[in-house]
Amino acid sequence: MIHDYIYPEFEVARDYDKCVVCRACERQCANEAHVYKEKYDKMTCINENCVNCHRCVTICPTHALKIVRSGDTYKRNANWQNWIINELVRQAGSGAALLSSMGTPEPYPVYWDKLLINASQVTNPSIDPLREPMEVRMRLGATPGTKPQRGADGRLKTQLPPSLNLSVPIMFSAMSYGSISYNAHSSLAQAAQQLGIYYNTGEGGLHRDFEQYGGNTIVQVASGRFGVHQGYLDMGAAIEIKMGQGAKPGIGGHLPGKKIVEDISRTRMIPEGTDAISPAPHHDIYSIEDLRQLVYSLKEATRYTKPVIVKIAAVHNIAAIASGIARSGADIIAIDGFRGGTGAAPTRIRNSVGIPIELALAAVDSRLREEGIRHRVGLVAGGSIRNSADVVKAIALGADAVYIATGALLALGCHLCRSCHSGKCNWGIATQRPDLVKRLNPEIGAQRLVNLVTAWEREIKEMMGGMGINAIEALRGNRAMLRGVGLNETELNILGVKHAGA
Amino acid sequence: MNHRPPRLEGQDGLRIPAGCAISAFINKDGTRTSGDVIRKSIAVMHERSNGLGGGFAGYGIYPEYKDYFAFHVFYMSTKAKDECEDYLERNYDIINLSKIPTRKHKNITDAPLIWRYFVLPLPTKLDACQKTADEFVAHAVMYINTNIDGAYLFSSGKDMGVFKAVGFPEDVGEFYQLENYAGYAWTAHGRYPTNTPGWWGGAHPFAMLDYSVVHNGEISSYDANRRFIEMFGYDCTLQTDTEVITYIFDYLCRHEGLTLREAASVVAAPFWEVIGKTYDYRKREEWEFLRRAYSSLLITGPFSIILGYSGGLMALNDRLKLRSMVVGERGDTVYIASEECAIRAISPQLDKLWSPDGGEPVIVTINN
Ligand code: SF4
Ligand code: SF4
Ligand code: SF4
Repeated sequence: MIHDYIYPEFEVARDYDKCVVCRACERQCANEAHVYKEKYDKMTCINENCVNCHRCVTICPTHALKIVRSGDTYKRNANWQNWIINELVRQAGSGAALLSSMGTPEPYPVYWDKLLINASQVTNPSIDPLREPMEVRMRLGATPGTKPQRGADGRLKTQLPPSLNLSVPIMFSAMSYGSISYNAHSSLAQAAQQLGIYYNTGEGGLHRDFEQYGGNTIVQVASGRFGVHQGYLDMGAAIEIKMGQGAKPGIGGHLPGKKIVEDISRTRMIPEGTDAISPAPHHDIYSIEDLRQLVYSLKEATRYTKPVIVKIAAVHNIAAIASGIARSGADIIAIDGFRGGTGAAPTRIRNSVGIPIELALAAVDSRLREEGIRHRVGLVAGGSIRNSADVVKAIALGADAVYIATGALLALGCHLCRSCHSGKCNWGIATQRPDLVKRLNPEIGAQRLVNLVTAWEREIKEMMGGMGINAIEALRGNRAMLRGVGLNETELNILGVKHAGA
Repeated sequence: MNHRPPRLEGQDGLRIPAGCAISAFINKDGTRTSGDVIRKSIAVMHERSNGLGGGFAGYGIYPEYKDYFAFHVFYMSTKAKDECEDYLERNYDIINLSKIPTRKHKNITDAPLIWRYFVLPLPTKLDACQKTADEFVAHAVMYINTNIDGAYLFSSGKDMGVFKAVGFPEDVGEFYQLENYAGYAWTAHGRYPTNTPGWWGGAHPFAMLDYSVVHNGEISSYDANRRFIEMFGYDCTLQTDTEVITYIFDYLCRHEGLTLREAASVVAAPFWEVIGKTYDYRKREEWEFLRRAYSSLLITGPFSIILGYSGGLMALNDRLKLRSMVVGERGDTVYIASEECAIRAISPQLDKLWSPDGGEPVIVTINN
């Protein structure tokens, strides 16, 4: 008989000198990794259950807990690494495809970390953002790209296509109600409103309670069309057609029936307990002309008052695809890089399909410029924007704005345990269990998101001031403000930046 | 002949920061003044240049050929000249050509061949490509400067001309015998590049058709501006601020049909806060429109520029007014310069002297 026991990845290390047996950890761990032994009046643990979410570590009143990486290992092998063997063994036992969540943890190059930002010295003064106006407001949308018209009085006709008005070029990207909790959504919606930015419903429809935040909401239309109706489209400030997601390009979504509880079933407009399956393609979009039709039917439905975003995953041929979308009537293209998060995705796809957002963004921006149509469409980059420097670099590469999601969840308490697909998120985010959801206080959550974006805004202004730039538009596509370190010729060419020192 | 230093601005993407001095005047009544006057003005700001580039633009200087495009070209070799003239002959009716007269000057060395052509596009060529004469010429400038090695067309407007060289501006003026030209408006530039060995094409003013720009400052928005304008057929080969600024005005005014004042509201756009607080809703809508429609043409960083065009001058400072610029008036003449002394040197008495606000264009046109 073959035994499939795999030694746990993590060990819960409890300092028994400090533990006062309050049993808080036991109550807080939805994975049931902490167990009280009545006989000895002592805590013990089941390491196999621990997903390393750090909930117990942060709540233990005596700081008696830490989670350590288990030292267990097979014979050292650079090729057949531990995790590769473990995944294989699991599949040999189960016969199933592996499922993961959040962005890929694999050590692919992070180009943000190989780009450096410029600052002025002598020939050009830096600007102090505390003393001088520093503009980070971004109008996100299309411009017609045709010669302006004048009225009979000689004045310019000032009509422009609808746009989003961002107080800072950061938005919360799509996370559906269902994949994340009511309280998580509530936090995002409130924060977006307070910040003067936008959050995105994802493909799960819009809960009635959040209709009040419509002015700061991007409503998504995905292949499953869950929760899409006239009122929904009218409610949002913009409509996003989701063609793909960076973490799982080429496949759809799957929300298991057990998560389709009453509230979610109503919002998604599907029966309780049925699996919510979004097909891989939109069944009415098999080519760019079909996309154009959907773009225009959504525009017709909303009387051309809202910008339409088309969101795509960063894949090999991204520049040509984006160029097609730019001509399809879309106002904004959102590109999601392969390091972007997900509530659940097949592991193999998450870890091996797609390309990094930095390269995708640079390639798309360059291609649209070569074709002379960059100004006819807004460009949003997402898929692992981790801090304000990443935002500055993305904008300098050519983005109008960025989407953040994992970063926003981290602000809400997520500790990146990557087990969202289990539905037992101890932080009340990726779960629908009422006892867990209530751990996230939406007011506090919103405040933390506001804090995060405000802090980034300050940092962005400081970096802009250093470059002597006082309006975000002048940073956009300003690749001379970037230099690469440790990049080869091909990478530099695609990014369109020079090497540091050059 | 090797006039070109090993690394040139614009080559291998080299971009050289520079500080500068600028000066200009215009006679609103259209009277024509000798080029020697502007030479005296810019000479006062000697300290703001370092001898690595100086130049002038004169308007109204070719009255006898005012309906023809005046091409001023530098040639690094006779081969380049042959190639360029061959190109010109195939596409233009050349009604006059000559060397531009210069005098020997101890401080001006390594001069290339400098030629002038008065031309009109051949009607057959114009018909064939469905372009206006201006578009046709704009295309020729791009073509010659990028494709004919060793030829550099640096002035292409009607009834105007650019004269520039490596050297201090006052020496450049003597070299070109500017006292022999008379114009209703003149602009001048003295350059302080930080490290370039300097080459003639890199001196200012930079011109395109009848637009010429002299500029003091270093713009931080350069690459955002460049990458936008290059979508519309402009090739920023020199990689200088002046080049991109000239193309921006050419694009906004000629291509997009904006007025100069509107174009100024694009490049030195009012802050959103100012737009939001503007009481006049039409003004507000117009500013918002311009800022959104041409957001990539907003120029940031310190600049003071003087744009010359047929019949007028426009002076403009960056929104924060990070570079000095003063305007003076005496009778029918308006003076603009980096420093007051440059104005007083040629007009000691002034009726008015002021420092325009950042982002506030000063537009002066001749009355006709
Ligand atoms: S929370 Fe800390 S103190 Fe309480 S039982 Fe757990 S380890 Fe012990
Ligand atoms: S799963 Fe989380 S709460 Fe449970 S033991 Fe591990 S770290 Fe602690
Ligand atoms: S959302 Fe929750 S389950 Fe998902 S990674 Fe974060 S902490 Fe873990």
